[in-house]
This record gives sequence, C-alpha cells and structure tokens, in this order.
Amino acid sequence: MSDAREAAGALAFADGAHERARFGMWIFLSAECAFFACLIGAYLALHGRTLGVPGPGALFDIPVTLAATLVLLVSSLTMVLAVDAIEREAVDALKGWLATTAALGVTFLGFEAYDFADYWARGVTLQGTVFGSSVYTLLGFHGLHVAFGIFWILSLLRACAALTAEGAVKTYLASLYWHFVDVVWIVIFSVVYLVGKAT
Amino acid sequence: MAMALGRAATAAVRLRAWSWLTTVDHKRIGILYLVTSAFLFLVGGFEAFLIRLQLIRPDNHLVSSAMYSQLFTMHGTTMIFLAVMPILVGFMNAVMPLMIGARDVAFPRLNALSYWMYLAGALLLNSSWFLGGAPNAGWFNYAPISTGAYNPGPGIDFYDLGVQIAGIGTLMTGINFLVTILAMRTEGMSLMRMPLFVWTTLITSLLIIFAFPPLTANLFFLMFDRLAGTAFFNVPHGGDVVLWEQLFWTFGHPEVYILVLPAFGIISEVVATFSRKPLFGYASMVWAVEVIAFLSFIVWSHHMFPVGLGPTVNTMFVLTSMAIAVPTGIKIFNWIATMWGGRIQLTTAMLFAMSFIPTFVVGGTSGVMTALAPADMQFHDSYFVVAHLHYVLIGGTLMAVFAAAYYWFPKITGRLMSERLGRWNFWLVTVGFNVAFLPQHFIGLWGMPRRVYTYGPGLGLSFWNALSTVGVFILTLGILVMVMNVVHALRRGEAAGPDPWDGRTLEWSTASPAPPYNFARLPRVRGRDAFWEQKRSTERELWPVDRHIHLPSPTPVPALMALGLLVAAYGAIFRSIPVVAAGLGLTVYGIHRSMFDVDPGVIVTPTEEGAA
Ligand code: HEM
Repeated sequence: MSDAREAAGALAFADGAHERARFGMWIFLSAECAFFACLIGAYLALHGRTLGVPGPGALFDIPVTLAATLVLLVSSLTMVLAVDAIEREAVDALKGWLATTAALGVTFLGFEAYDFADYWARGVTLQGTVFGSSVYTLLGFHGLHVAFGIFWILSLLRACAALTAEGAVKTYLASLYWHFVDVVWIVIFSVVYLVGKAT
Repeated sequence: MAMALGRAATAAVRLRAWSWLTTVDHKRIGILYLVTSAFLFLVGGFEAFLIRLQLIRPDNHLVSSAMYSQLFTMHGTTMIFLAVMPILVGFMNAVMPLMIGARDVAFPRLNALSYWMYLAGALLLNSSWFLGGAPNAGWFNYAPISTGAYNPGPGIDFYDLGVQIAGIGTLMTGINFLVTILAMRTEGMSLMRMPLFVWTTLITSLLIIFAFPPLTANLFFLMFDRLAGTAFFNVPHGGDVVLWEQLFWTFGHPEVYILVLPAFGIISEVVATFSRKPLFGYASMVWAVEVIAFLSFIVWSHHMFPVGLGPTVNTMFVLTSMAIAVPTGIKIFNWIATMWGGRIQLTTAMLFAMSFIPTFVVGGTSGVMTALAPADMQFHDSYFVVAHLHYVLIGGTLMAVFAAAYYWFPKITGRLMSERLGRWNFWLVTVGFNVAFLPQHFIGLWGMPRRVYTYGPGLGLSFWNALSTVGVFILTLGILVMVMNVVHALRRGEAAGPDPWDGRTLEWSTASPAPPYNFARLPRVRGRDAFWEQKRSTERELWPVDRHIHLPSPTPVPALMALGLLVAAYGAIFRSIPVVAAGLGLTVYGIHRSMFDVDPGVIVTPTEEGAA
C-alpha cells in the first residue's frame, strides 16, 4: 500500500498536479475573499440599525477581542513553523507545530464563544435586530472557517504526517487556507471592532 | 440458461451505471451535463409552453394565477440555472481540454463533484412541485415577497437551497476551468493562440469565480431569515429589502454574460470553420471579451432603475451599460468580416450561427433601449423586457447552443446528425422564435405587464398574444425535430470520422469520440488554428506516442458528497435537524476522503488506432 502511495505521489508530482493544487487553492481563496467582502459589506450597510440594543461602540470589548486576535496571529506563526519543519524533514516538530496550531484555533473559538454569550446576554440576539443578524452571521462564518481549518489540521495529523511529497503539499494547502482565515480576521478586527469602537 | 444470460445482462447494465456514477473523465462528465441539461431544457420549455397556452386568449383559465406564478418562476430558474448554463458547461467539458491539447481538466474529481451538485440542485428544485408547491417569487426571488412572512410555504426554501447547491457546484467548475486553461495547455499553445471558445471559457470562469460568491451570501441571508428568524430582509427589525436586489444583481448581471460569452466563443469557432478563413480580428475579439467581462460587473443597477437610487447613480449605470454596446459591436463586425469573402458552407451549424447575428443585434438594441433610465421606467416589468431577454437568451445563447450541438455532436458521439432534419430544425426554430417573441415587444409597449396570468379582452392585445403562442407551437416543433435528429443519429447516424468539417482546432485531430487519454501523443502547436496549419504543413515533426499515460481512477465519492448535500437540504426544508446533520456528516466525510485518499491512478497504453 505505502509503496503504491509513494509511487502515486511521485507520478502526481511529475504531472504537475501539486502546482495545480496550489494554484487552485489561491483561486478558491479569491472567491472566498469575494464572499467575505459581501458579508462585511452587508454588515457595514446594516450595523447602524440597532433599535435600542447596544451598538458596536457600547458592545465590543476590545481587550478580550485583542487577546483572541493575538492568539490567531500566533497560530499563523506556528503554521509557518510547521511548514518549515517539513522542509527540514523533522517529523516530530511538524506534528508538534500542527497540534499547537489546532490548539490555538480552539482557543480562539473559545474566545469567540465567550464574546457571543456576552453579546447575547446584553440583548443583541440573532433575531431581534438586523445589527445582531449581520454581526453574528459575519463572525459566525469566520468562526466556521476556523473550525474547518482545525478539522483539516487534525486530519493532517492523523493521516498525513509522514513526510511524503503528497503530505507536504497537503500541509502547504492547509497553511494557505489558515493564513487566509487569519487575514480575514485582521480585516474584521479592524473594520468591525476598531472602527466600530471608535465611531 | 436464459436466466443466467438475463442475470449477466443486468450485471452489465449495473456495471455501466456504476461507471457513469464514478467517472472522472471530462468527456463523460460533459455528456452527463449535456444529457441532464437537455432534459431540463425540455422541462423548462414545457413550463413555457403552458405559460403561452394560458396567454393564448384573454380571460383564460387554463391555470390559476397561483399556478402561473410557479410556472414562470420555475421556467426562468430552470432555464438559467439548470438548462442553459449547464449546457454550456457541458460543451466546455466535452471539448475545451481537447482544444488546448490537455489530457483532462485540472481537478477531475472536483469536476465530477460539480456535476453531481448540479444534479442534486436540479432534483431538489424540481421535486418542489410534488412536495408542497414550487417557488413562486420570480427567478430573481425578490425580498420581501420571498420572506417567510409573505411566503410561508416550502417553495422558496427549495429555490434557495437548490440554487445554492447547484451554484456552489458551478463555482467549483469556474475554479477548475481557470486552472486547467492557465496551467495545462500543451506546448506552444500560448494564450494568444487559444481558440476563441477557450478564451471565452477562461473569461466566463473568472466571471463565475467573482459573481457567484455574492449569490451565495445572499442565499445564506435569505435562508437564515427563513429558517433561523434573522432579520436581514425583515424591515420592522431594521432589515433592508434592497440589499437582496443589490447582491442579486451584482451576481445577476455577470450571470447573463456567463450565459452569453461562451455563445460568442461558439459562434467564433463555427463562423471561422465554415467560412474557411481564420477569424477576423482575433486580438480585438479577445479584448472585446475581456472588456465586456469587466463592464459586466459595473452595470448591475440598470436592473433596478425604478428603485430610486437617485439621478447620479442612475446616470452612471446608464453610461456603463451603454458602453457595453461598443465591444459587442466589435464582435458583430468581426464575425461579418470573417464571413466576408469566405467560401461559406451552409451547414446547419453555420445556419444557426448566421441567424444568431441579426437576432442578437435585435436583443442588444432593445438592451440599449432598456439601459436608458427614463425610458426604462416605461419598459420595466412589461412584456418588452420579456421580448428583450428572450432575444438575447434564445436568439443569442440558444442559437449558439444549437450551432454547437450540430458542430460538436460528431466529436462527442462519433456520429453525424442529419443535415436534412437539421434544416427543418433550423427553419422551424428561427421562424417560430421570431413569430413568438417579436410581437412581445409591442405587447409590452402597449402596456401588458410581465408575470400576470391573464389580460382582459378588447385591449388590443388578444391577436398579438395569440400570434405569439402560435409562434411557440412552431418553435416547439423545431425543438422536437432536434430531439428526433439526435435519437436518429445515435441509432443510425453516419460515422463521423475524426475530422468531418475539415476543422481548425485541436479537438478534430484526435478520434471521434476521443479516447480516454485524449491524445496518444500530445500535440505541439505552431500558431493559431493549430490543426489547420498542421494539416497543411509538409513538415511532419511529431512527438513519440506516450506509452504510459497516467489517468485518475474512478471514484464514487463526489456523487456521495452531493447526495449528502441533497439529504441535508431536505432536512432543512422539512425542519429536521438530525437529517441535516446526517447529510452534512456524509458530505464532510466525503471532503475528508477527497483530501486524504491517495489515488494511485491507472496507467493506460494507447491502442494502435488511438495512436494514429
Ligand atoms: C423555449 C422557448 C421559450 C419560451 C416559449 C419562453 C416563454 C417565456 C414567457 C412567455 C415568459 C414570461 C412569463 C411572464 O412574465 O408572464 C418567460 C419568462 C422568462 N424566460 Fe422564457 N421562454 C423560452 C425560453 C427561455 C430560455 C432559453 C431562457 C433562458 C436562457 C428563458 C428565460 C426566461 C426568464 C429568465 C424569464 C423570466 C422569469 C421571471 O419573470 O421570473 N426562457 N419565458
């Protein structure tokens, strides 16, 4: 079996399949950009309609969200280290960094859950106002992307930690995706949180 | 004995069905697309037939007004999302990789997934007829008429999830084709040597990649409103119904170019081949396609003039919309110049291509008329718009689809369609179409609104509506002749041979139908019209035949993933969380398999005739 896998990996490599996979991932991420642009645009168009519940300025707790942001940023760093471990062919380091990245992702989601519970308790519900609908939808879709990234990394850890050409490209694709999700968060943090707090 | 034979036969059928279910070959996926979308075209056509039958005389009560709303909604939605766009994707799948000298698309499994998601969406939408009523808010499904408060039945949920699933499948197709064209061309096939159909496929893919995400987001908003009670389109809670219109048309206008650019590509191939001349103004054709694609993203509000966005905004959108006429005009003149002085062969494909030109000009002209904001206040939501959109979609896209069908049928099936039936097909469709839709311009100008199930007598509308319906009878006959022609050709059509039209592009350089590996030796390209040059050059410098061709192996996983989405959608529509979870679970399992299965593939050695 593993021979067949090696052979398939080598063949796919010869066919240029890996370059195509990377290219495809970039294109997919640009479609994702357009998707998040729509969510952010809708939020910006609608967030003023708070109908009496606390608006962005009163609601957001910047220190907590800043902590979450830092956690996510560090997870990008650990992802870089994981990819670097492949290049050094260090299996244990690779596994360690992937696990750390996943753990940081889970921590971020923990912060997000805490935030959601806090907002909800202060009257911003999904149904009550369009401000609530749009903010939960935007943050929720981002959170879902983080969750999918965690699922991906855990699958990598289980199935593909061996240092084949195949495993390397899969880790690389996951890292692209993970960095993208981080970048989206930076935009959300600036546009939704910082600007929201300031205005 | 007989029983054993019977059993062997059913086993063979099962095996064949399984091979279609698991195929990852772009040519077979193309056939799946073409067969499914042709069937759905007949379904959408049947709905249109009922619409016109209802309108044949004033105060008719063939269908109720509620049924009429479902009919025009399902007709428009089916035609756009489930018939015409997938027919075009079918042709792209069938020939685009051959045209660039590739052995498959970039992501064969993803390609299969796109098809199965399209089929899942189509089944979901059409099952709505039997499960509580079809959607009834028009193909653009405006809020608030589509929100739970005004439309509590399940119809809109079917629309939302059906279009969502098929749409995400289309997005994957866009990514797949873009990477295929940019990364898998054979040696020498530089961008400016690509056939125009490949160019339009490339640009269409770009449009898909950036136009579908707004649709996805919009459909999610509506789904959350209907299923989870969010307030996006709920005005008392601060929601905004114009948001739907904005997002829908940022998708919707590029979408109509997704439908028409591939048609431009088809016409360019057919016109050049049957004029026995290279395409006139190749570079300007490429630029025109690119400019049209760019402009298509900044004209969307011309669908929304009556909303009242203000004179400045309206003026901007009037100008951008009218600007599209310039590159489109360039294309029209280039096609005419291609035919000019050529040795024109009036095959059925060429007849359709030639009739495309004037009908599309009529549709384009009425388009410029509706682009004028003040005039559009009169045209809006009248039958004039119905006439306009059918002149571009039937007179434009569908004529090209017919041309493509006659042109590529021999490549796809290995058989020729009958030219004699083809002529009947052509004349019935052309005459029927114009008789049906030309009067609708006037019906609209005289004040008949679209989407209204009947009209009163004595308004001067009766004769012209009856005439329009008679046109549809003729058109229907034409389409039935086409069906006959296909069936006849499949059963006893003449063998086509690899190159029945003395073609210019690489798909004609391999067998018909092409072998699974497409080319035994990958072609080497020296200029535009690569195969034409190759046939005329005395030099015979060819690659050696590849002895070991690596192809991906078949897999049922894509079909399984689409099945998961279908199950989850039914779960959502009938409000059962366990069913949703089961369906999504299946899909996530499929994603996991697709990411981590290592496909050893199969190694194929070309047969002798394949290598010829
Ligand atoms: C084959 C013959 C066809 C006939 C006879 C036909 C007839 C009609 C008629 C009579 C309407 C207007 C219904 C109304 O507003 O009351 C209509 C609407 C429409 N048709 Fe067709 N049609 C045909 C083909 C197509 C094709 C090929 C397409 C698309 C590619 C298409 C797309 C549409 C759309 C988008 C609408 C608007 C639906 C809406 O108002 O939501 N039709 N059609």
